[in-house]
Amino acid sequence: MSTAPLTLRADVLVIGGGMAAAWAALAAAEAGAAVIVVDKGAMGTSGVTATGGPGHWFVPPEGRAAALERQVARTQGLAEAAWMERVMDLTWRHLPTIAPWYPFGSDGQGGRYIQGVRGPEYMRALRRMCVGAGIAVLDHHPALELLADGDGAVVGARGLALGSGEDWEIRAGATILATGGCAFRSGLIGSHTQTGDGLLMAAEAGALLSGMEFSISWSLSPAWASTRTLPFTAARFFREDGSELAIPSLKAGHAHYQALGAALLQGTVLADLSAAPAGLPAVLRQIQPLTVAAFERRGIDLFRQRFPVRLFGEGTIRGTGGIALADADCGTGVPGLYAAGDAATRELVAGAISGGGAVNSAWALASGRIAGAAAAHYGAAKGGRAGPARALGKAGLRPRGSARPVATAPLQQTIEHAIHGLDRALWRRASTLAASLHELDEAWRAVADHGLAADPRGRVELRATAAMAATARWCTAAAAERRETRGIAVRTDLPATDPAQARRLLVGGLDKVWTRPAAPALRGLEAVL
Amino acid sequence: MIAALLAERCTGCNACVEQCPTRVFEPGGPGGVPVIAAPDACQTCYLCELACPVDALWVNPDAHDATAPPLADLLASGQVGRVKRDHGWDAPLDAGQLDAYRLLGPLLGEGVEIADRHYHRLIAAR
Ligand SMILES: Cc1cc2nc3c(=O)[nH]c(=O)nc-3n(C[C@H](O)[C@H](O)[C@H](O)COP(=O)(O)OP(=O)(O)OC[C@H]3O[C@@H](n4cnc5c(N)ncnc54)[C@H](O)[C@@H]3O)c2cc1C
Ligand code: SF4
Ligand code: SF4
Repeated sequence: MSTAPLTLRADVLVIGGGMAAAWAALAAAEAGAAVIVVDKGAMGTSGVTATGGPGHWFVPPEGRAAALERQVARTQGLAEAAWMERVMDLTWRHLPTIAPWYPFGSDGQGGRYIQGVRGPEYMRALRRMCVGAGIAVLDHHPALELLADGDGAVVGARGLALGSGEDWEIRAGATILATGGCAFRSGLIGSHTQTGDGLLMAAEAGALLSGMEFSISWSLSPAWASTRTLPFTAARFFREDGSELAIPSLKAGHAHYQALGAALLQGTVLADLSAAPAGLPAVLRQIQPLTVAAFERRGIDLFRQRFPVRLFGEGTIRGTGGIALADADCGTGVPGLYAAGDAATRELVAGAISGGGAVNSAWALASGRIAGAAAAHYGAAKGGRAGPARALGKAGLRPRGSARPVATAPLQQTIEHAIHGLDRALWRRASTLAASLHELDEAWRAVADHGLAADPRGRVELRATAAMAATARWCTAAAAERRETRGIAVRTDLPATDPAQARRLLVGGLDKVWTRPAAPALRGLEAVL
Repeated sequence: MIAALLAERCTGCNACVEQCPTRVFEPGGPGGVPVIAAPDACQTCYLCELACPVDALWVNPDAHDATAPPLADLLASGQVGRVKRDHGWDAPLDAGQLDAYRLLGPLLGEGVEIADRHYHRLIAAR
């Protein structure tokens, strides 16, 4: 770090620039806090919200009881009804408030269709709302590490500005991690900046992770780029010689991906969309213009010509794990530190299954609002204190041994394969999990022991590599510890669900990773309801 | 991957520099035109094309291919600025650009049902 970084103060610092960060910042500002948002990318375009099309869990009050019952049944014993109620309530009340900035379309019955929003327009609206609320948004300002006072409370963060290359330090009464999930640089649409940085920063401050074994989810896309998946759900699959593959539909869940994975491991798989819903070709461009561009620009008629496909891993993004929450305020258990959106565990509402499809975005909105309001309350009392603070960053910033340049690309490939390698991920079993853990420990040591970079981009990338290694180790350790199959944590060697393991798993540790079962309910929730 | 910045159209407004989520562009190239400084960080999201007010950018749909067709072919393809028009990005908020959006969920579900019926027919026939 250079000697005199740019120093700012705020009541609340929000780290991240997706929907969770925006909703957190708005809630904090509404509560009267002075708020700064720092994004590694640019609020409006970075994050999976911006490239996606989040359909929210948007349920009118009269439908809640039934929705709750259905979701509780799906989540395999790991979610909490009280959290679901809060999330549905906050989503219902706040999503419509974007209307002055968002082009809501028709619901076909004379009203507006609200629950599903298109990513670029949604994030443009949220950014405008933040700026209008007086929130300072600093784009291309990745956070690298948290700061703590003598008692271990988080009092801000440090990072750098990609444009100028200069360091910054922000002192804040409360800090919210809304850094998204981690797709381990699989190429998943919109996921380049989500490398688990928030998870690593939280762990360095003393927070734990939860649900990391539920980190397997996939997007089927053309082999040349990850797109959104609307046109592909009716796909038939073929070999290049024209023979058809029998792939169970998406209804089969893991078996669908296993069959595709097995075929992909043997060679090229072509998708054929000629049986797509009759109404789809005419409206696809209006719904997902970017998906059409991915084909049109290659001169491919996607509904008539077969094309090669790939599975893009989604890691913890449409998986479920993240920073464990210790209370009903989205607090992490570390004073002054909160987590929201994909950076936090979504088990409280998604349990053992993926929250993709509706619950994750509602969670991002609601947990953002909860964390923002609580952080404003806590942060205003503490203020952006200027007292002595320790910088908490280790791996990738302060090597334990001799510093030397570390090539990040091969390490990232190792990490991604350990998590998303089709052979590893689709047939998880004790032996392959042990092999992955061994490779990941080596990758972690390579960064933690020696990694030090000088140029700004190199520092961000090295820190991202450390965060991906850490996140991958937590995912793998938790997957090894859950000795059963539950939801999306499927073990080939342990195919049965064990009622005795219907509890969440906590995982933590940096140099040495450990796991332990979580206590059943969160503190303080009853009081809030 | 980002593949073309049409210098003859670019006004040097730096919107792409500011809005690219992975900071691919840096300001200050010749004539105020930004430089594609970090193409390897490009995530093929097309969002710079939405940001550019004069349609001066073109993203190759292949995430690993930074080549672009010759300028005349590119312009003739109708693809420069296309995604912005398709989004209705600059249209008024009440222009109806998202009137079909409600069909996303139902069409997705319909696709799954089609695939499911087809799979069962296929294995029954085998
Ligand atoms: C293809 C796809 C489709 C989806 N569809 C749906 C759906 O229909 N329904 C649904 O409920 N969910 C859906 N999801 C999930 C949903 O999009 C996410 O849960 C939600 O968008 C998460 O928002 P977020 O703000 O937590 O994360 P993101 O939007 O990913 O934002 C994370 C932000 O953190 C920033 N960041 C990362 N590291 C740092 C750092 N070190 N310093 C500063 N900033 C940092 C990033 O730049 C980014 O801006 C989908 C996901 C995908 C991938
Ligand atoms: S496609 Fe996306 S990541 Fe690539 S240059 Fe454009 S905005 Fe940046
Ligand atoms: S956004 Fe377009 S006009 Fe503006 S600097 Fe970039 S390429 Fe040039």
